[in-house]
Amino acid sequence: MSAPVVESLASESGWQRFRRDRAAVWSGWFLIAVTAVCFLSPWISPYPYMAQDLAHSAAAPSFAHWLGTDLLGRDVLSRLLQGGMISLFVGLIATAVALAVGICYGVLAAEVGGRAEDAMMRFVDIVSTLPLTLIVILCTVVFGQNMPMIFLAVGGVSWLTMARIIRNQTREMKSSQFVQAAESLGQTRWGIFRRHYLPNLAGTIAVCATLTVPGVMLLEAFVSFLGLGVKAPMTSWGLMIKEGADIMEECPWLLISPSVVFALTLLSLNFLGDGLRDAFDPRSSRK
Amino acid sequence: MAYVLRRLLEMVPVLLIVVAATFFLAHAVPGGPFDKDRPLPAEVKARLEKYYGLDQPLPIQLGNYVVNLAQGDLGPSIKYPGWSVREVIGSRIGVSASLGLVSLLLAVLIGVPVGVLAASRPNSWLDRVPMGFTLVGICVPSFVLGPILALIFSLGLGWLPPCGWGSAIHFVLPACTLGLITAAPLARLTRGSLMEVRSLDYVRTARAKGVPPLRVWFVHALRNALLPVVTYLGPAAAGLVSGSFVIESLFDVPGMGRLFVTAIINRDVMLILGTTIVYAAALLFLNLAADLANAALNPKVARSR
Repeated sequence: MSAPVVESLASESGWQRFRRDRAAVWSGWFLIAVTAVCFLSPWISPYPYMAQDLAHSAAAPSFAHWLGTDLLGRDVLSRLLQGGMISLFVGLIATAVALAVGICYGVLAAEVGGRAEDAMMRFVDIVSTLPLTLIVILCTVVFGQNMPMIFLAVGGVSWLTMARIIRNQTREMKSSQFVQAAESLGQTRWGIFRRHYLPNLAGTIAVCATLTVPGVMLLEAFVSFLGLGVKAPMTSWGLMIKEGADIMEECPWLLISPSVVFALTLLSLNFLGDGLRDAFDPRSSRK
Repeated sequence: MAYVLRRLLEMVPVLLIVVAATFFLAHAVPGGPFDKDRPLPAEVKARLEKYYGLDQPLPIQLGNYVVNLAQGDLGPSIKYPGWSVREVIGSRIGVSASLGLVSLLLAVLIGVPVGVLAASRPNSWLDRVPMGFTLVGICVPSFVLGPILALIFSLGLGWLPPCGWGSAIHFVLPACTLGLITAAPLARLTRGSLMEVRSLDYVRTARAKGVPPLRVWFVHALRNALLPVVTYLGPAAAGLVSGSFVIESLFDVPGMGRLFVTAIINRDVMLILGTTIVYAAALLFLNLAADLANAALNPKVARSR
């Protein structure tokens, strides 16, 4: 019963350590702000994201349109918010998919042990050498370019690192005394998973999740950039960068604003993930 | 030698699984290659499908495909009539391979020295400035860096052609984009692993017994520190492959990446299969090469297998 107490103590000092990491804290606030603004965009964006105003197409940034308009006269700021909503949404949901698969696979591998475990981890090694972008592209083409499919495909190829880390930690725990004690008290495997593995894995999972989101968002942007992901009239940051790159000579603002926001978001996610890892998982920090 | 053979043999089932998985995925693509704006007469379509063997049950098609593949035949292309997939890929692969190699070389030539330099003076400006840049390099995807470089160097300054292919100057922008993106993680990895190695006992011993500092640095420390860097070259190559899809479309490079994307858009099943298999095989070989290089650098790895 002492495990949860130790956990809470450890996480408290972790938060204190985290708060001293200024880059990570600022990244956290930036991400909260971006997420809030994007998800509130249906109510706060200055124009509907699909509204076309051909009289003012391809206009440079001005007071009426802070970030300019695109070729169809749609407000870039409004589209940026809507695209951000899609990009972040894909990032979060696909990461959740990757987490679920990664945790189950990792814990299962550690639990079965022996040859089956070796085979399962060898499978992970082999799959991670394959061109995963290719697989995502194939999947979106085969199963249609709808949102659930993009979540599944992107999440489905992003769980490998997670599975590896979770399996290593679970293996360590499996031979630890508190798990053996639980076993000898007649705790079921499911009970051990819920009561002992999960609480102890929570920190690792949080760090992994934060560091998976940027990769996942990048993958979505990649696929959307190739025109195989999110479809018009919806948009995402990847798609906006693509549209901007097509006409960057005439309207550079169409390229610059989504690129900057996208890069800043990825940067913050990396800072936040590194900060969390240093604060909660000092063993694996590389400083 | 036995190790190399074992690894090569291990690749065969992996490739077979890739072939089978891609095969079923590619055949599940909705909309066949003969679906045009105007529907073909039924008997024409039936004859076309018969010609390409598309009328047989899928497992038989797969069997035929694997048998042909073993003989190096990737089947006929559907969208490029009269060409075999092998010929189509053959006409493009050189472009992509040379672009990929130049980018990888560029990444190593930039990334490793930058990492060494940063680790030699930790926390000085020599460390902070380049590492700041690498952080940006990690977060700016290739499809952002590419257009921005083009905006500056070809549209702004007019030094380089914005797109096209044919002469050495066309290499510069795509290779720099891919190379810089790959150099960033390499530099961080080199720095991190050097920092770890230089505090180890054997490095201190070498210094204590009077080995010249530069020799300690480059012979003793760097050799071990490069192990994770070499291992990373496999995944780095995979990154270059996915980067090439975008970069080749962006800079109008007639390579495999663009071929794959066009094949997907055209629903050219045979071509999708062919390119995927070639990519998978290339990546598996590169990973093997990275492992072998690792073993050559590290006697521990060599002995443990």
